[in-house]
Amino acid sequence: MPLYYDDDQAMLADSASDFIREEGAIAKQLRHWRDRDCKDGFGHGLWEQFGEMGFTGILLPEEDGGLGMGQVEANIVLEEIGANLTPSPFLSSSVLAATALKHGSDDTRGRWLPDLVAGKNVYAVAIDEGPKHRPEKIACKAEKSGNGFKLTGKKDFVVYGASAEMIVVAARTSGSDSDADGITLFAVPQDASGMSHDSVRLVDSSMASHITFDSVELDGDAVIGEVDGGREILNAMLRAGRVGAAAEGVGVARGAMDMTVDYLKQRKQFGKLIGEFQALQHRAAHLYSEVEIARAVTIKAAQLIDAGSEQAELMTSVAKAKVAKAAGLAVKEGVQMHGGIGMTDEYDIGLYMKRDRALQEFLGDMYYHAGRVAELSGY
Amino acid sequence: MADLEQFRAETRSWLEANCPPEMRKPVEDENDVYWGGRNAKFKNDAQKSWFEACRDKGYTVPAWPKAYGGAGLSPAEAKVLREEMARINARPPLSSFGIWMLGPALLHFGTEGQKQRFLNEIARGEIRWCQGYSEPGSGSDLVSMQTYGEDKGDHWIVNGQKIWTSYADEADWIFCLVRTDKDNKYQGITFMLFDMAGDGVSTKPIKLISGNSPFCETFMDDVKVPKSYGEDIPAYVGEINRGWDVAKYLLGHEREMISATGGGDRASSLGAVTSRQGELDPVLRAEMALFDVDALAFTAMSEKFLDEVKVGKGHPAQPNMLKYAGTELNKRRHELLMAAGGSRTLEWESEETEHGKPARSWLRTKANSIEGGTSEVMLNVVAKRILELPGA
Ligand SMILES: Cc1cc2nc3c(=O)[nH]c(=O)nc-3n(C[C@H](O)[C@H](O)[C@H](O)COP(=O)(O)OP(=O)(O)OC[C@H]3O[C@@H](n4cnc5c(N)ncnc54)[C@H](O)[C@@H]3O)c2cc1C
Ligand SMILES: Cc1cc2nc3c(=O)[nH]c(=O)nc-3n(C[C@H](O)[C@H](O)[C@H](O)COP(=O)(O)OP(=O)(O)OC[C@H]3O[C@@H](n4cnc5c(N)ncnc54)[C@H](O)[C@@H]3O)c2cc1C
Repeated sequence: MPLYYDDDQAMLADSASDFIREEGAIAKQLRHWRDRDCKDGFGHGLWEQFGEMGFTGILLPEEDGGLGMGQVEANIVLEEIGANLTPSPFLSSSVLAATALKHGSDDTRGRWLPDLVAGKNVYAVAIDEGPKHRPEKIACKAEKSGNGFKLTGKKDFVVYGASAEMIVVAARTSGSDSDADGITLFAVPQDASGMSHDSVRLVDSSMASHITFDSVELDGDAVIGEVDGGREILNAMLRAGRVGAAAEGVGVARGAMDMTVDYLKQRKQFGKLIGEFQALQHRAAHLYSEVEIARAVTIKAAQLIDAGSEQAELMTSVAKAKVAKAAGLAVKEGVQMHGGIGMTDEYDIGLYMKRDRALQEFLGDMYYHAGRVAELSGY
Repeated sequence: MADLEQFRAETRSWLEANCPPEMRKPVEDENDVYWGGRNAKFKNDAQKSWFEACRDKGYTVPAWPKAYGGAGLSPAEAKVLREEMARINARPPLSSFGIWMLGPALLHFGTEGQKQRFLNEIARGEIRWCQGYSEPGSGSDLVSMQTYGEDKGDHWIVNGQKIWTSYADEADWIFCLVRTDKDNKYQGITFMLFDMAGDGVSTKPIKLISGNSPFCETFMDDVKVPKSYGEDIPAYVGEINRGWDVAKYLLGHEREMISATGGGDRASSLGAVTSRQGELDPVLRAEMALFDVDALAFTAMSEKFLDEVKVGKGHPAQPNMLKYAGTELNKRRHELLMAAGGSRTLEWESEETEHGKPARSWLRTKANSIEGGTSEVMLNVVAKRILELPGA
């Protein structure tokens, strides 16, 4: 498969880009909700528009009301979300939760998918149990109880958790904390009794929940897939989410780079445009090459996922790590090259730096994924 | 599609029958390859039979038209051939500046007569070419070059000095930038082709930090270069005084070629290879992992670039970016190889290291970000042409 967008994908990219640049713009969304101290951290109106555009069900098959597209297409939307810093539950709802729900029974899909596709509902996923991403270890427990399960434990940094009508929870149904097996995924409704949220605002103005499950009673149909057999679905979710986060990161990098290069062409010091100084030109050119390379490997990883290739796992980690490097560079250079104005809240460049920091941690940072690259390569 | 699959099957069995086992190992340094030319010698029989089989099939230059010694493969077929050769680690049958640099320029700018003659000679490995661009005072600032060709009607008399001419002492012919109009910086250069066996051309090897001497100073004293080698075979490419266009076009190809060194042995991760030699210190292992991330990502970028070239997408200055990123990566790769190998890699002349291969290769890679235009010059081009930053 060639590593560029085919005609349909290019068309999607154009329409996603126009729509998100217009409706998802920083002033209209990120600043708007932040300055109102919105407890959701994103706009439900925009989410409904995402539904009208069909984006919400982009990864879902047509029989579930979706567009039946792949990861490459989901990533196209995510790159634009990143470039415009649009606060959106797209990644958690339409990529992570949707990937899990695809493995659900007819009943499960019938219950949750229509409202997701319509842009009415937002879903979250609860995987991590600490400040670093460690999905290899899951301690949160679900014990058999009557026809269903009793969920006990704690999950951290559940993105938009408090706004979600349903949360996909990875819990242990057998074995010990570090076992690969014995994981089950549950679709936990927001109103389940015994579940409590401690919702916090993060550096990028997004909201995340620390969730405590205190003997939360779940009936049998809350199970997604097989009991004890959730690891594979979890891995599929993680792959989709990681490559999606990489795509969003490419967008963040691109957005920060474009702002910076524009600034270099406008700001004058010492009687010259600062873009004339070679010290800055070389850094900008280096940055460009890092961002292009990160973008290429992200497209590659998404294509491999869509093709069901064995290489997808490795390339996903390569992409997540490479994007972390490139986007990290883009935002740091961005703030620096803006000089004093880059430190002001009024100017957008700092917002890119904040979003990048959150994305770095989400589903594994550069160090985590470089470590996985080493392991998957056999060293 | 079905045709391609059939082509793949045929290619696979042809390679099986024609590529000797000794030629199915990655090239480790410049001495592992066959360069062709009048004085060429084969290292062994395997190298000879592999070269001859490829030559007869047009596989020294698979994508060139059959009339010029190629196999006339479509881009898709050429890709299949590349993939099948990579699958068995097949060595390139012929390495040549003629193939990488002059050939593409002739295909683009050459007359039919030039193509018939020179491309065929290149494809068949008969004439070995070298590139005479740089001068002692003109490296990055190539258009400042001074070598002068005085117009004498049906010929020029060329005087001057070139430097860093790779393999000039082993080359048969040179493609050379010569100033033919002193008043015009850009439009006063002619791209000439001439035989180095003629009177007045001499070369003197320069020893490199790797201990090898693959390049030379090249002196031209009253060299007589005819304007034509026969009907429709001018001795210059493109137009007289417009050689800069040709030189620039060719540099684009050279940069692409050099950037291809970036991923190194793409099939395997550097960390995997080095950890087989012994345990890696934790910090070195981490560096390896971060390197592998960059190398695998760069490989995806190269692939994307080639895919885009085929359909005419992408920015024309993109090869400069690839050259920059690829060569910096290759230098890092060799630094890590030295660190992983430890003291053994310091051995300059031992059986164990095949005469200091690791150290010599490490030193050789330092030229990657200099030859064909330095990293700084690549960054200048990206800044100006892609990012459109202001300034001279
Ligand atoms: C938190 C904070 C507190 C401050 N407090 C004070 C204070 O108390 N009093 C006060 O007077 N000022 C203060 N400043 C201002 C500070 O001194 C300036 O921000 C600083 O000098 C940079 O100038 P600038 O912001 O105009 O950036 P610019 O000069 O516009 O620079 C923009 C970018 O271009 C680069 N650049 C500019 N010229 C060149 C060149 N010739 N070559 C290469 N690169 C170049 C810069 O390094 C920078 O990356 C403060 C700034 C901050 C952020
Ligand atoms: C192994 C090897 C093989 C070669 N083979 C050939 C060959 O076959 N034929 C041939 O013609 N040439 C050949 N070259 C020459 C090569 O193209 C030149 O070395 C190269 O273009 C750099 O020129 P220079 O060495 O004169 O360095 P200089 O141009 O003097 O540069 C010195 C330093 O200054 C920096 N610099 C120069 N100008 C700028 C600028 N505007 N902005 C920022 N930094 C700048 C450079 O990046 C470099 O770091 C070869 C070189 C090597 C190392």
